[in-house]
Amino acid sequence: MSILVDHVTYLYETGTPLEHKALDEVCLEIKDGQFVGIIGHTGSGKSTLMQHLNGLLKAHSGHIYLDGEDIDAPGYPKKKLRSQVGLVFQYPEHQLFEVDVFTDVCFGPKNLGLPKEEVEERVRKALLQVGIPEEYWKQSPFEISGGQKRRVAIAGVLAMQPGVLILDEPTAGLDPKGRREILDQIKKLQTQTGMTVLLVSHSMEDVAEYVDRIVVMNRGKILLDGAPKEVFCHVEELEGVGLAAPQMTYVMRALRKRGFDVDEDAITVEEAAAGILRALS
Amino acid sequence: MLRDITIGQYYQTDSVIHRLDPRVKLAGTLLFIVSLFFFQNIGGYLAAALFLALVIRLSKVPFRYIVRGMRAILFVLLITVTFNLFLTPGRTLVELFGGHVRITYEGLKMAFFIALRLAFLIVGSSIMTLTTTPNHLTDGLERALRPLKVFKAPVHEVAMMMSIALRFIPLLLEETDKIMKAQMARGADFESGNLIQRAKAMVPILVPLFICAFRRAADLAMAMEARCYRGGEGRTKMKPLVYGRADYLAYFLLAVYTVGSIFIGRL
Repeated sequence: MSILVDHVTYLYETGTPLEHKALDEVCLEIKDGQFVGIIGHTGSGKSTLMQHLNGLLKAHSGHIYLDGEDIDAPGYPKKKLRSQVGLVFQYPEHQLFEVDVFTDVCFGPKNLGLPKEEVEERVRKALLQVGIPEEYWKQSPFEISGGQKRRVAIAGVLAMQPGVLILDEPTAGLDPKGRREILDQIKKLQTQTGMTVLLVSHSMEDVAEYVDRIVVMNRGKILLDGAPKEVFCHVEELEGVGLAAPQMTYVMRALRKRGFDVDEDAITVEEAAAGILRALS
Repeated sequence: MLRDITIGQYYQTDSVIHRLDPRVKLAGTLLFIVSLFFFQNIGGYLAAALFLALVIRLSKVPFRYIVRGMRAILFVLLITVTFNLFLTPGRTLVELFGGHVRITYEGLKMAFFIALRLAFLIVGSSIMTLTTTPNHLTDGLERALRPLKVFKAPVHEVAMMMSIALRFIPLLLEETDKIMKAQMARGADFESGNLIQRAKAMVPILVPLFICAFRRAADLAMAMEARCYRGGEGRTKMKPLVYGRADYLAYFLLAVYTVGSIFIGRL
């Protein structure tokens, strides 16, 4: 599904001295099937923007179009919108509440009013997609490990089979291994289903090797937008807003300064290793 | 949504009222509320309104902001007014439904005064919370209640519990907001259906909220222990409360208001 954000402005705490613009005339177009990383510092407006996309927040001005239809138009069904744009919040495991894992994942599709067989079919599929084996399905969601909880919560949104999946900091608080596993699974899902995926993060490292496109936000505006390699060329601008390019970009820069003929646009460790080997041979 | 509730919230700004000693504000609020119950005529309420207006002006809290917090109690206010209006015996003013329902002169008067009293009560006490940080407030309370220690009352512990409870209000509101949004993103519907369906729809909010509250409480207890908290015994204050000139002046003005308004109110 494609998304078009057209001059969206949103204010927090209107009418108080704490009023501030969380989004300032944001324009963004996301094509069907893209895997986009939304990067920004805390308070840059990235989470606020994501909540607009499934209608949880309503823009004070501007429009959002999903497949060409205005989602704030009076007749647009909110339920359909929520099922088509799946939003996984930060620390999604905090929303678990049912007696067992399976029932909890059922919550979303059940709310869509689907028949029981269809609900269970979707839930089974979603749980397997996020890599939760069947022996966990009857356990309480409060007894499994943190990484598993997070996956169950992601499955809870996946089971609604959205056309757009938005993940807000899906790796926050996970160890490197858990982080990699979750991101690998999301990438796999995206390539298998052709779903549009938006990955919100403040860590460049996380998104660099997974996404096709990076959108950098700062103070409610879009600062940079492009393929990862293009965006990471602007190291100074990124640092200016409290972000950083991936470590490998810095390593390659330093090497180049010392006279090694390497490409500066390496993002991942693999690319960097290949680049260095090439320069040495 | 839930963020609109301003009762018990602190409004950040710098004003004479904000700088007053919390004990003065506590005493002031108490006296103001007590004075409201002495009034028997409109004069007292006028005096109270004048006093409130002055304090609000001095506090630099926008009137609109205070009124916004009142919306939450509008329902209670309406019920009270309705009951008083229709159920007070006395001289009949209007008869409705063939004499089954009567509005009396006394009822009208009573409803009017009760509405005023409730509104003043809420505005008066929200002025205190709007201009005093929860920490300051409990500090003041602890200091003011210190004499009760003679009777072995756990003053410090109660004050600490109060400040923690106050601190948790905005936290839990924020958390509720987040959980609600997360469940709405999963297609939960809190707005339609009958009473039972709506009550059932609360379960996906309440269970995570309780778990979150317990987790936060446990974390806080751990953090306090890690910093060697051991109750009030022998604990010193970084900023002990000391009365200044403005505080004595405020006490004087309070005394003038209390005596004056009660005198006018009972003429």
